[in-house]
Amino acid sequence: MRRLSDIMGVKRAVLAAGLAALGVGAIAAPALAQRDPAYAAARSAGQVGEKMDGYLGIVGAATPELRKMIDDINIKRKAVYAQKAQAQRATVEEYAFTSGCLLISQTSPGEKYQAPDGSWQTRGSGPPQRDSRCP
Amino acid sequence: MNLFRLTGHALSATTRLMERRKQDGRMPGRRASGAAAALMGCAMAVTATLSGCISVSAPDKPIVIELNINIKQEVIYRLAADAGNTIENNPGIF
Repeated sequence: MRRLSDIMGVKRAVLAAGLAALGVGAIAAPALAQRDPAYAAARSAGQVGEKMDGYLGIVGAATPELRKMIDDINIKRKAVYAQKAQAQRATVEEYAFTSGCLLISQTSPGEKYQAPDGSWQTRGSGPPQRDSRCP
Repeated sequence: MNLFRLTGHALSATTRLMERRKQDGRMPGRRASGAAAALMGCAMAVTATLSGCISVSAPDKPIVIELNINIKQEVIYRLAADAGNTIENNPGIF
């Protein structure tokens, strides 16, 4: 696709390709398609995990790069949580916790998540350990 | 029931004060203070007239204000569908 647009040098082709990719991505695999590569790598490497409170945490040793990346995503998450919580007349903590339940459910095997006792667990093939209040 | 309790309190309070007065010969008013003085007043009124006497006392259980964030399951269930859409629509940060 890219090579074609380079050869043609037509902006319209690039635009069309972008739109097509967006359209296909939204249907097929939106999460994997749009995650930052560094974030995706840290997730699958088990360096970061989903916490119960709806935010990301660093599992092993924290590096400045990892910390910056996690903080950046968590700030963006909090902004989204706050906006949606207000619309739903809930608190940010309630909305974030609910999201945390779902995000832990959506982890792939090998990824890290926080169990109700606070420990980091590796997602296996079975269901993850979640808070009893999770839907 | 209420009258019985008040009378019960009154009897014991009076007895204790009377005993103390016997022991050291001092005026009971000097040692009794606050609630004890009020109780004594009540006691006198009740024994004298058996008419209404309002007694205000502090609750025996401490007042506890729950400050912990208590997220209820019903709230989570209410938010679940919307939160699922939010995650789906923001794939870059989830």
